[in-house]
Amino acid sequence: MNKSIMIVGVGGQGTLLASRILGSALLSKGYDVKVSEVHGMSQRGGSVVTYVKYGEKVYSPVIGEGEADLILAFEQLEAARWLSCLKKDGKVVVNTQKIDPMSVVIGDSVYPDGVIDAVKNAGATVVELDALPLAVEAGSPKAVNVVLIGAMAKNTDIDKEIWLDAVKACVPGKFLELNLKAFELGYSN
Amino acid sequence: MKKLLLGNEAVARGLYEAGCRVASSYPGTPSTEITEVISKYDEITSEWAPNEKVAAEVAFGAAVAGARSFCGMKHVGLNVAADPLFTSSYTGVNAGMVIGVADDPGMHSSQNEQDSRHYAQASKIMMLEPADSDECLKYAKMAYELSERFDTPILLRLTTRVSHSRSLAEVGERVDNGLKEYVKNPQKYVMVPANAKGKHVVVEKRILDQIEYCETEAVANGLNSVEYNDKKIGVITAGICYEYAKEALGDKASYLKLGCVYPLPEKLIKDFCKECETVYVLEELDDFIETHCKKIGVEVIGKSAFTLQGEYSQGLIRKVVLGEDVESVKADVDVPARPPVLCAGCPHRGLFYTLKRLNVTVSGDIGCYTLGVAKPLGMMDTVLCMGGSVSGLHGRNLANPDKANKSVAVIGDSTFIHSGVTGLIDIAYNNSNSVTIILDNSITGMTGHQQNPTTGYNIKGEPAAAVSLEKLCEAVGINNVFVVDPYNLDECYTTIGKALDLNAPAVVISRRPCALLKTVKHNPPLKVNKDKCKSCKMCMKIGCPAISMKDGKAEIDFTQCLGCNVCSQLCKFGAIE
Repeated sequence: MNKSIMIVGVGGQGTLLASRILGSALLSKGYDVKVSEVHGMSQRGGSVVTYVKYGEKVYSPVIGEGEADLILAFEQLEAARWLSCLKKDGKVVVNTQKIDPMSVVIGDSVYPDGVIDAVKNAGATVVELDALPLAVEAGSPKAVNVVLIGAMAKNTDIDKEIWLDAVKACVPGKFLELNLKAFELGYSN
Repeated sequence: MKKLLLGNEAVARGLYEAGCRVASSYPGTPSTEITEVISKYDEITSEWAPNEKVAAEVAFGAAVAGARSFCGMKHVGLNVAADPLFTSSYTGVNAGMVIGVADDPGMHSSQNEQDSRHYAQASKIMMLEPADSDECLKYAKMAYELSERFDTPILLRLTTRVSHSRSLAEVGERVDNGLKEYVKNPQKYVMVPANAKGKHVVVEKRILDQIEYCETEAVANGLNSVEYNDKKIGVITAGICYEYAKEALGDKASYLKLGCVYPLPEKLIKDFCKECETVYVLEELDDFIETHCKKIGVEVIGKSAFTLQGEYSQGLIRKVVLGEDVESVKADVDVPARPPVLCAGCPHRGLFYTLKRLNVTVSGDIGCYTLGVAKPLGMMDTVLCMGGSVSGLHGRNLANPDKANKSVAVIGDSTFIHSGVTGLIDIAYNNSNSVTIILDNSITGMTGHQQNPTTGYNIKGEPAAAVSLEKLCEAVGINNVFVVDPYNLDECYTTIGKALDLNAPAVVISRRPCALLKTVKHNPPLKVNKDKCKSCKMCMKIGCPAISMKDGKAEIDFTQCLGCNVCSQLCKFGAIE
């Protein structure tokens, strides 16, 4: 049975590295893997989504409505935006960080209250964590992505060692220590 | 060995393994990574060209001289390269030549949704379309064999989901057969009418030979494949739609997968349709395969049940073909849209704010700075195509000369070199009272930081000749060239105002490197002194994603702020420190 994971967030939060780590971990488990990313304009502070699918044989690289087993959301609003892609019994791992879209910044719309409650009320199983302070604790606010990968790793059936190897394979050497710490903080919180 | 490769990486790998020796491209999402990856192979001489036409001509010249060559571009880039494309179909090649073209159904990062398969048909050039990374690699290699065998360039069509998805691809070794001998042959390579008349006959014969290939050999080698399962539903498809169809329908349907989308076979399609009860054509964008099916007299269901716009998906196919809907969950909350914005510290921000102060009409162009259209800046009136801002401004000013001192064009450094300079020559030559602003951020930004002829570095990051924008503008006949720093709002306002009042052709170069460049040093993040902040929201007028209002006062996100000081110049109370 194939599994589908979505990584959603705001351009610049490092969702592409997260999907690479995830892809690498799944590959070493021997799965057929497809990872779909969108590059270009949507990187600039826009809503971004990466699809990761794995199993015996994967065809489509994208995930549609009601197809995701797990959504890893780097930002609250993005969890709500992409929730329709979640399966009825799916799980959402969400960073409680809020990033205002430009329309909110300039007062054209409001950042809604109770986003995470709305996600829960829709029937999703929700795991929340505040990744930014953990990333700062690990040594850089930019490590939010690896903290979140740690948090998600705990919610999969893949051994921790495989995840750690994947982080090592995907992160440049000089940032490795920082990122391993970030992974641990995400995994254990 | 199998490796998880991006579709674009797999194309590059396939070209490499097939002995490609020369590659020239212009960046364009979603095609860019093909040439970026090629640049890492020392056996291939790779370059960024000023535009796609140049890239295609470089690849053509290399192929005629005997080197397997490549040029890559996005769909709209093929419009620019269309001139060499059409006639290279007549001349043919010597060593193989592959033209990679990436379409963008759904317009993830494009200005239109054109279907490049029409170019294959119009130029009578064979086109292959892979569905995943493994096929990207295989088809790239196959394209060279077909190019040399049929003496034609080959188009390799990708779409965003194929280019930008990672899947497993079988990687092999490089085989380089060396340079092919070039033999002088004006009848073949010099397209004067007398020679071209003869070559057109060759082209038409070649298409017939290729159709024969598609019916027979292409089936034997798997390029075109037939898979019979349940025959109640038949699917004719190509590229990414095959993956969607397989996921949606599995064994409930039979498949005719076309790896070659031009020319299309006749007998193969007719035989498949005879076996199946109801046949669907699954293809994104135009009804290219469907029209062919109807022309050869087979009954298929295509666009009447699907769509000419946007991307297909397994969900859409399940719904239309099987009538199945999926259950999905929805959060009961209004989610505001989150379109892309100019980055914090982006040098374009100060410039667009200045244009807003000057209340001018802005003829825009293609690049990151197209985001200047978004609120709260909202400073773009037209965007058409690469280079179109400059010539478009001239046209606007011809139509309404009284407003010429209230109109500007904005164009990036790379886009200016691509095709803006010809518009500027038009302005100088015809003495147009037009002000062109070149947004020189020292890189090709939108596509992810590629070097270009103005940056002083080549594709490998080695020092290279740099076009001096000032000297180039002067050389084409512009006598008023100014340079401003877009972080300095007063300087921008004064200088652009002066240029507009000149009543003569003028260029303002707004120069400041892209804030995301690793070589750029930033100031420490700014902070709002909450005691001094009067909540006037002046700092919100520049649309910086690092600034927001929290509890009635401005707040700067330290993780995003790059200390550009544009906002602090707007604060009358000195609250931003």
